[in-house]
Amino acid sequence: MTLVDTRTPNPDYFIAGATGDWEMVIGLEVHAQVTSESKLFSGSSTRFGEPPNNNVSFVDAAMPGMLPVINEECVRQAVRTGLGLKAKINKRSLFDRKNYFYPDLPQGYQISQFKDPIVGEGEVYLDMGDKVGEVTIGIERLHLEQDAGKSIHDQHPNMSFVDLNRSGVALMEIVSKPDIRSSAEARAYITKLRTILRYLGTCDGNMEQGSLRADINVSVRKPGGEFGTRCEIKNINSVRFAGQAIEYEARRQIDILEDGGEVVQQTRLFDPKTGETRSMRSKEEAHDYRYFPDPDLLPLEFDDALIEELAQNLPELPDEKQARLMADYGITKYDAGVLVASRASADFYESVAKGRDGKLAANWVINDLFGRLSKEGLDVRTSPVDAGQLGGIVDLISSGDISGKIAKELFEIVWSEGGNPAQIVEQRGMKQVSDTGAIEKIVDEIIAANPEQVGKVKDKPSMIGWFVGQVMKATQGKANPQAVNKILREKLGL
Amino acid sequence: MKNRDFTSLEVTDAYLGAIEAANPKLNAFISVEAEQARQMASASDKKLAEGAARALEGIPLGIKDLFATRGTHTQAGSHILDGFLPEYESTVTANLWSDGAVMLGKLNMDEFAMGSSNESSYFGPVVNPWRSQGATDALVPGGSSGGSAAAVSSWLCAGATATDTGGSIRQPAAFTGTVGVKPTYGRCSRWGIVAFASSLDQAGPITRTVEDAALLLTSMAGFDKKDSTSVDMTVPDFAAAVSRGVKGLKIGIPREYRMEGMPEEIETLWQQGIEWMKDEGAVITDISLPHTKYALPAYYIVAPAEASSNLARYDGVKYGLRVPGDTIDEMYELTRAAGFGDEVKRRVMIGTYVLSAGYYDAYYVRAQKVRTLIKQDFEKVFAQGVDAILTPATPSAAFGIGDKEMAADPVKMYLNDIFTVTVNMAGLPGIAVPAGKDSAGLPLGLQLIGKPFDEETLFAAGRVIERATSDDFSPEKWW
Repeated sequence: MTLVDTRTPNPDYFIAGATGDWEMVIGLEVHAQVTSESKLFSGSSTRFGEPPNNNVSFVDAAMPGMLPVINEECVRQAVRTGLGLKAKINKRSLFDRKNYFYPDLPQGYQISQFKDPIVGEGEVYLDMGDKVGEVTIGIERLHLEQDAGKSIHDQHPNMSFVDLNRSGVALMEIVSKPDIRSSAEARAYITKLRTILRYLGTCDGNMEQGSLRADINVSVRKPGGEFGTRCEIKNINSVRFAGQAIEYEARRQIDILEDGGEVVQQTRLFDPKTGETRSMRSKEEAHDYRYFPDPDLLPLEFDDALIEELAQNLPELPDEKQARLMADYGITKYDAGVLVASRASADFYESVAKGRDGKLAANWVINDLFGRLSKEGLDVRTSPVDAGQLGGIVDLISSGDISGKIAKELFEIVWSEGGNPAQIVEQRGMKQVSDTGAIEKIVDEIIAANPEQVGKVKDKPSMIGWFVGQVMKATQGKANPQAVNKILREKLGL
Repeated sequence: MKNRDFTSLEVTDAYLGAIEAANPKLNAFISVEAEQARQMASASDKKLAEGAARALEGIPLGIKDLFATRGTHTQAGSHILDGFLPEYESTVTANLWSDGAVMLGKLNMDEFAMGSSNESSYFGPVVNPWRSQGATDALVPGGSSGGSAAAVSSWLCAGATATDTGGSIRQPAAFTGTVGVKPTYGRCSRWGIVAFASSLDQAGPITRTVEDAALLLTSMAGFDKKDSTSVDMTVPDFAAAVSRGVKGLKIGIPREYRMEGMPEEIETLWQQGIEWMKDEGAVITDISLPHTKYALPAYYIVAPAEASSNLARYDGVKYGLRVPGDTIDEMYELTRAAGFGDEVKRRVMIGTYVLSAGYYDAYYVRAQKVRTLIKQDFEKVFAQGVDAILTPATPSAAFGIGDKEMAADPVKMYLNDIFTVTVNMAGLPGIAVPAGKDSAGLPLGLQLIGKPFDEETLFAAGRVIERATSDDFSPEKWW
């Protein structure tokens, strides 16, 4: 691939060095496990957490004479993903063999796509906040390939065990262009990609289970200069580690260069315990994979009808959903961005906001509910307050039946006890008093009882707050604050 | 058997007896499954008694060791698969059993089907039942399906399965006076057949007669969704095509197959074949297949390349031979050094080399281009109305075991495939039919090459040769 610099150097990202500023150039290869019942070329189950070697067919174990047969669902998932990445779909692609010896690679080769991948160039958009704005990260390609099994080294003093449950599971390797310029962008990219995959239902995105892993290519250069020599950090399985590994690696390379050295192209591993990367193998030690087209498989071909069918049934994706939420509910870009981070939270919000004040609903969903959920380690799918209940609370605020303050108390009750908010308000007498007659009566009593304060407020109108407080106290907070204010101003002649 | 003159069990026992007597000398079988054979025969006798006989009911066959047969010896003629007993049955053999055939045992072969003399087998060479007149020197039966050809020729089975990657069915058939059919690529499923070169491998029968070959292939062939390269086409009743004749057919004679230094006997035989075709009403036409001379070099790039990858799975980790080492790399090296023979190692190394970075384009990519040109040569000829092509099957008759020239120069051995290899490169069907004998009385074969999925014409034309030849292709029994 030819490297093209699509970005303008951004001083916010520069790293200060002894010889001046430096800039990172980052590209990612994300391996995303395809959500499918069975493996890429065999009928074995893909279920996670099974006993070792439970999901293994003769094909997965590379028994003599066994042949791969493509799983069409995996192809559909790859096309869906390509469509979600606004990418070119290649109606004809080829499977190649990548040859190397390893005990958890039973065939002695991985079936992958080398020259002709199923998906070509696409784009992912990142919102990097007010300062940097929206950033477009190019996708170079997406291809389908088999996962390897797992070698287990801690079961026997001098032997290793092999678990082939994952052998042959379908992966999508999604390769970005070298368009990323900071660890923050890299983290945002992985997060965004994961969100898109989850929306599409093509990968569960569970990094801790290994469903999503990233190989990160990092190089440094003087801002806007020639691309430097890159190092590849293998198998990063968390967004946080990605950030740490990039920061460490960029610093390491800058130090080498500033000491007059040269960066050696190599594959490195990140150690989460130390936060450092260390060399795994150099370019010279790199395998010669001897790629060639797999003669057991025909070229993978499909027609426009398949692409159209999949395109028509594509769900609304985060970028479109964000734009629509802003338009439909009048909420800010930031709020919409928070809400679309997962399909479940966006759906939850829409259930709350439908037919109600969108901004008010967004405040309650994001600040009160999400805040509380994250504090409790829950998410929107396990929320004790459902969309109907939160909508009920919003209704009570909008109708003026309860104040914001009471609403917070009500939210607490619903959170811990459940129940219908309107009924709770009714039963527990939490409704705010908007009856002006009743409020006037209380105001009259307070004015009558506090002549001294009444005298002062004439000179210092801000003292009205004291009166409001008295009224609220007398009504146990249930008086409508706007009504109290209005009546007080009239009676006090302010 | 249908007339109940004798039972399948009787026939099976007779074959088992013949094997027991002959095998120490011929070494055609590397595993005999007597008990299983008798069980299958008895089951067939029951079917025959019920009048529910299937197409191959009770017919005892030999199976090349390359086919996975459930629970029985399957080692592809190699040491590296020591002790391997598959838990599955190849599609081709499963098709045969479901048509009532009986398995006698597994047949010797060149290791991983790599060879033209059956001398590369871990289980020792197969001896050709044929000998030169007045001589007792042991001759090769050809390869890689040498066990299949020798067993059929010496009446150790009624027919045999074989496989053909560059000539491995047709060359041994020609060397033993038997009929060998390499079907169109995709006609028979490769599922459960130990892979040598996946884009070239095809299963087919070796039999005494053209009609037997047609009967066996009808049962062996068929679409299999477990093999992505098998083709979804109905299998015709090949036996029905055998007596069709060649009247009005256009038979092409490729000028490029007239090799320099080709023995006079081969040339004469070829001319004889042309005359027989003419006599039966075929139209003979000279044709050109200009890229023929590049076929063998290109084949010896493509086939080893695929083999180097296909054989990577024999690493001592999962099944078969394991020679322990201190590290995983050492275990790989010791296991593969001990488990593979010289010819297999040679081809794995050639294949690894031609696929290496920096050499891939110069070798593999060019070889694939040559392959396309060879295919186009045939397409052009068939587009001109040619129905089948007649050529010699081999450049010579069977040679001696341990032939010094061939042992010293592998390329000499590779030249055995010179007439057959183009067929595999183009994915076409081919048949080798015994047609005559050389001056030493050894059988010689002619080859017919057909259009894709037109094996029927080959059976018809093959039968014409079979009927026309006055030679007897029963070897004199010395074993």
